[in-house]
Amino acid sequence: MPDRPAIWNFLLGRLSLSSLPLDNTIVVWTFVAVALGGAALMAMITYYKKWGYLWHEWFTSVDHKRLGVMYMVLGTVMLFRGFADAIMMRSQQAVAFGSNMGYLPPHHYDQIFTAHGAIMIFFVAMPYIAGFMNFVMPLQIGARDVAFPFLNNFSFWLTVSGVVLFMTSLFIGDFSHAGWLGMPPVSELKQSPGPGVDYYIWGLQLSGLGTLLTGINFVVTVIKMRAPGMTLMKMPMFTWTTLCTSGLIVVTFPILTATLFLLSLDRYIGTHFFTSGFGGNVMMYVNLIWVWGHPEVYILILPMFGLYSEIVPTFSGKRLFGYSSMVYATASIMILSYLVWLHHFFTMGSGADVNSFFALTTMLISIPTGAKIFNWLFTMYRGRVRFTVPMLWTMGFLFTFTIGGMTGVMLSVAPADFLLHNSLFLVAHFHNVIIGGVVFGVFAGINYWFPKAFGFRLDEFWGKLSFWFWQIGFWVAFGPLYVLGLMGVTRRLSHFTDPSLQIWFIIAAFGAFLILLGILSFVMQIYVSIRHRDRLAVGSDPWDARTLEWSTSSPPPPYNFAFIPIVHDRDTWTDMKKHGYQRPMEGFNAIHMPKNTGTGVVLAALGTVFGFAMVWYIWWLAVVSFVALIAVAIVHTFNYDRDSHLSAEEVSQFEHNGNWEPKAQGATA
Amino acid sequence: MNTVAIDTAPAEPRKFLCLEEAHPHNGTLLGFWLYLMSDCFIFASLFACNAVLGTSYAGGPSGHDVFDLTGLAVNTALLLISSVTFGFAMLEMARQRKRAMLGWLAVSGLLAAVFVGLEIHEFVTMIAEGAGPGRSAFLSSFFTLVGTHGLHVTVGILWLIVLMVQLGKHGLTEANRRRLFCLSMFWHFLDLVWIGVFSYVYLVGVLR
Repeated sequence: MPDRPAIWNFLLGRLSLSSLPLDNTIVVWTFVAVALGGAALMAMITYYKKWGYLWHEWFTSVDHKRLGVMYMVLGTVMLFRGFADAIMMRSQQAVAFGSNMGYLPPHHYDQIFTAHGAIMIFFVAMPYIAGFMNFVMPLQIGARDVAFPFLNNFSFWLTVSGVVLFMTSLFIGDFSHAGWLGMPPVSELKQSPGPGVDYYIWGLQLSGLGTLLTGINFVVTVIKMRAPGMTLMKMPMFTWTTLCTSGLIVVTFPILTATLFLLSLDRYIGTHFFTSGFGGNVMMYVNLIWVWGHPEVYILILPMFGLYSEIVPTFSGKRLFGYSSMVYATASIMILSYLVWLHHFFTMGSGADVNSFFALTTMLISIPTGAKIFNWLFTMYRGRVRFTVPMLWTMGFLFTFTIGGMTGVMLSVAPADFLLHNSLFLVAHFHNVIIGGVVFGVFAGINYWFPKAFGFRLDEFWGKLSFWFWQIGFWVAFGPLYVLGLMGVTRRLSHFTDPSLQIWFIIAAFGAFLILLGILSFVMQIYVSIRHRDRLAVGSDPWDARTLEWSTSSPPPPYNFAFIPIVHDRDTWTDMKKHGYQRPMEGFNAIHMPKNTGTGVVLAALGTVFGFAMVWYIWWLAVVSFVALIAVAIVHTFNYDRDSHLSAEEVSQFEHNGNWEPKAQGATA
Repeated sequence: MNTVAIDTAPAEPRKFLCLEEAHPHNGTLLGFWLYLMSDCFIFASLFACNAVLGTSYAGGPSGHDVFDLTGLAVNTALLLISSVTFGFAMLEMARQRKRAMLGWLAVSGLLAAVFVGLEIHEFVTMIAEGAGPGRSAFLSSFFTLVGTHGLHVTVGILWLIVLMVQLGKHGLTEANRRRLFCLSMFWHFLDLVWIGVFSYVYLVGVLR
């Protein structure tokens, strides 16, 4: 506690003026930039009088499509933040040799790699997959919304709470320097007395709860709300992977919650779960966190596998090759992902027999994954492949991800892992699969479903430019790390002594610069497309696609389908087109829809305040916000009137005025 | 495994739309059951900690020194009986007898409240004897597991009170029946977890 009158310590906990990192020029300038940018944005929204619109139409919306779009925006904003961290690390490592210490002191560098990892996983990749699942899955199964629309809104705002706490740590206090998994004993109170680890804990607890609710929500949606006729084996592949990922979320995120809860008990009330003394056991944390952590990477990649399985058939003009093997591969990956966690710490003394078991289960995973790769290739084989932007990203994925998978098999060999553990080889491997698999998938999916969400395509030129910068930049940035890792360079270092290594780091930094150009091209792509949205306008089915989301207008009406479809075939929309389906223009019914509510925003805001109060030991505020949280939740349960109606006339208007027909120039790409 | 689409050309044109408004199945019970399963994983993590750290006494007291099995028997009986009385409440709900149902709910709530009270008493006594959660990893895992269960029971009591008010106000509407079913699952789930706590943490704890 700071040295000052007791009343201040009561009111502010350990928060004081010295908590502001004014001595760090990089942070100060970032703050200035963020504050100016934020103020400009707020001023613009106020000037154009858009606050009411944003609040009523978006923030309080329980519409899965709007929430999906908001998740995508959140993921993109945080991608910029996470990438800023990345390029700082790459440039530091490119210069910090010999007497040159670079521009980032170790204390700052450690926070950057922790923030980079945690943000990229929790606040870039997770919002992106939640965004895709939200937007696409209910449309694919012919539903009007998800099973629990209010919870869906609440989940989104809990994710935002986590983001707010993480971003606050940049400007008030500091962030954790204990790595993205916060391993004890470094993350224990004795070694990390500052607020950094507490920001990390509470940010992840809030957003983790949101993710868990999303998982439950989507499992129930897929099981209960499919259109008539859509049996499990007629579900589109993306829906299957959504189901498997959501199932994984339900069985793994509670473990993350429990583990972080135990760490916070160690830090707040002095228990001894993971401490070095009093019987604490650090390995308990390592095991628990990876029991969550390994399935987590499959939570990220499975929806992407589903997304590629939609894109490849569409642009090959064929149905998906080996659908049922694809389903079984997805399900077996889901189960196997739970049996491999120990391969993250082969070196930590489990012994040869335990290591062998986990090495074998790890190698086993490459079999269903390999089956999937072949299925995609065979889908393309003898198809009429259209080389659109989503298809380019998909082929980039096939190439890049396969190599990343193979280096993963190398790491799964336990004896080899004793050399490669914690080296840059590992860093190159997981970026290879996460960028090559998840990030490429995100861009493929954005290019693929953007026309459905907004009624116009994304610009091809900038899209292709973005793809090539990313694809080449990735290999230039991470190829050298494979080499350095094989030479024995370990990760997370802010300074090197051996000058012969420097050239590799300079090449890697150049690769990061190419990726920067890829990101800027993506921004340009969005900007140019919005400018030329009339020229790029499309109808309901711009790609001649195969699943139900393309049977409704672009953007879809709030209720998705005026009439719930009846499913006869796996590629439902192709089947409908083949049988000369005609869209009805009359005879509409009134439709029940859930009402928008601000409760999710209020609850998540109170949660954020609670987290902040806990981080800074402001106990009174923690108690007040927690009690308020419970009270608001209880009051919410007294509201039984949660439905609203769309009359048949309103539905008819939507159906007649919606965007359906292909535009003059904007037809199929 | 690639299925070939054979066009069997149905006699009449395929129907592609449901022309009547159909109401989808309500998924609340399934969703709540999934939540309970996820909660199971929280308890599983805590049980795993107790299994690993259960003998890490760090020179402090062991389970044999601190557990009071007589109090435990009373406590367990209270919680299990509250599950039975909750079952009676559900039966009364099925018979549409609101007053009797509210009566059994109140009994269940009271039994659970006494359970929580006794648990707090146990905790306070142990901490006063110097066997608090910071004394050893064994005690950390004990307090956390039992305390987390107790916290769940407390939340259950709060929920019960709120629901009784809502039942009083709106009667046995469909929404309220659904909520009561969820609370009932929650209540029995906590009993099930307690059987694990009772037999593994306490009974095995005094032996090892």
